[in-house]
Amino acid sequence: MSTPHTTSPAREQSPPAGDSAPAVAAAHIEKIFPTSGGEVHALSDISLSVRPGEFVSLIGPSGCGKSTLMRLIADLDQPSSGELQVFGKDARQARRDQDYGIAFQKAGLLPWRTVSDNIGLPLQLHGVSSAQRKARVQGLLEMVSLEDFGDHHPDQLSGGMQQRVAIARSLAEKPRLLLMDEPFGALDEMTRERMQTELLRICTETGASVVFVTHSIPEAVYLSDRVVVMSPRPGRISEVVDMELEDPAARGDDLREDASYFRMITAVREALHGGAPSGRGVETR
Amino acid sequence: METTTTTTTAGRILAPIALGLLGLAVWQILVGVVGVSGYLLPTPMAIFSEAQQFSDSIVEAGLITGWNSLVGLVAGSLLGVVFAALAASLKPVHDMVNPFVAALAVIPIVALAPILNTMFGTTEFPRQAIAGLASFVPVFVSTLRGLRQTNPEHRDLMRSYAASGVQVFRTITLPTAVPYVFTGVRIASSLAVISALVAEYFGGPRGGLGGIISTAAASSQYPRAWAYVLASIVLGLLFYLTTLALERLANRSRAAAAG
Ligand SMILES: Nc1ncnc2c1ncn2[C@@H]1O[C@H](COP(=O)(O)OP(=O)(O)O)[C@@H](O)[C@H]1O
Ligand SMILES: [Mg+2]
Repeated sequence: MSTPHTTSPAREQSPPAGDSAPAVAAAHIEKIFPTSGGEVHALSDISLSVRPGEFVSLIGPSGCGKSTLMRLIADLDQPSSGELQVFGKDARQARRDQDYGIAFQKAGLLPWRTVSDNIGLPLQLHGVSSAQRKARVQGLLEMVSLEDFGDHHPDQLSGGMQQRVAIARSLAEKPRLLLMDEPFGALDEMTRERMQTELLRICTETGASVVFVTHSIPEAVYLSDRVVVMSPRPGRISEVVDMELEDPAARGDDLREDASYFRMITAVREALHGGAPSGRGVETR
Repeated sequence: METTTTTTTAGRILAPIALGLLGLAVWQILVGVVGVSGYLLPTPMAIFSEAQQFSDSIVEAGLITGWNSLVGLVAGSLLGVVFAALAASLKPVHDMVNPFVAALAVIPIVALAPILNTMFGTTEFPRQAIAGLASFVPVFVSTLRGLRQTNPEHRDLMRSYAASGVQVFRTITLPTAVPYVFTGVRIASSLAVISALVAEYFGGPRGGLGGIISTAAASSQYPRAWAYVLASIVLGLLFYLTTLALERLANRSRAAAAG
């Protein structure tokens, strides 16, 4: 796949080695949470590599460690053991260099700031001039179809609209790695499909890698180059399914009716419920 | 919807007013008609006419006590916010200040009045100091709580931006705490008035509401004492309603605090 170059402040900061290094390289990651009720083994032997420009989805039942893995990559938490590198440096350094943009499961907007000021928050913190910020925020508002809501406060927006603000915020600095934890969970189906197509367009445009957590098999299939299927207790990677579909750049709504798309959905579903097709009694939706 | 809200708002204001008027009527009837001793307990009418007669000097006294309360409230609140910010960011300061505040919260600060009055006898300073001490406690406690309310998602977000400590404080910690500061100030406002007023009972200059109440009561001028009590209630309400309005305003426009 081609990785078109874009110029962004984050890119210019990074050492040249970063261009060839994988966006994410995890080897034998373990994560154990010590809790009052004993230890929780959240992740076990996670090895995963995400190439620059690659779109990887994490899918699996609740509690299998998807959010935990994302938080480790974002350096919001540290692995108990194992190696984790982001663009060839350790996760902490990557965070300091602002190599990634993140959208959490909850929108996490600052309620006392307007929509525009929420989207511009990372730019403001990193000293982007207010004129540049304004122009960038305007573009982002248009991208998430909220151009009429820039002066509103978050509590005046629906849950779906708030989530779109959070997505715009995660894209504000044109990061070369996007970490998204069920970002479309709160959206209605129509908006969701539109945002998916939009996200693919953005990724093709910026060449960003994406680690995308989702509960939805069709969503994972539609968006991804690879789907990582996880299983719980302890959280493990049970299978990685390559999406044998057209290039994400060329994917559009007609893919949703294509035979290859349904074949991949079936493949992921079998991987998800897989291993023991009989006896588990897992519902296949 | 619209009409229901209007009705309930109107009800919330009218109901207590109606109750108050009813109470005054019963009081008037008990004293005036039934004949409870009008010497000890003057009728509302007598009190109102007294208040009217002395309105100039009542306003003058109200300004003195009001000013003392205001100075105390502002100084105490500022100190409360500053110390809360220090306690929230520096563990040693917290450990040092917290027991001190806990002690201040349980002791009747007004008990200091006679001592301070003797020390600074001819000034208004003791009243202001006592109002300040009384205001400091709720503002400190409420602000400190507010500074601890930052949302975990917001903290994660700021960490992902590699934001500095100062940036985190200005961007999320402080704006989150602002409504709590104003809640503290609202609670402090009544305490400031009460403390400034009661401090006047224990000597010092006699010009304020409290001083006149105690003088009038001591010389058995009960309608006069009651008129000044009425003025004190109005002063307390004024402080309370103003700070309540400030609190509402702070909740509505937190954008300003976010800078
Ligand atoms: N901070 C934490 N402390 C203790 N246990 C945690 C913590 N975070 C997550 N866990 C546990 O780790 C497991 C994985 O959680 P999570 O990553 O949120 O799963 P998912 O996002 O796949 O639903 C769960 O059992 C959860 O209870
Ligand atoms: Mg999760």
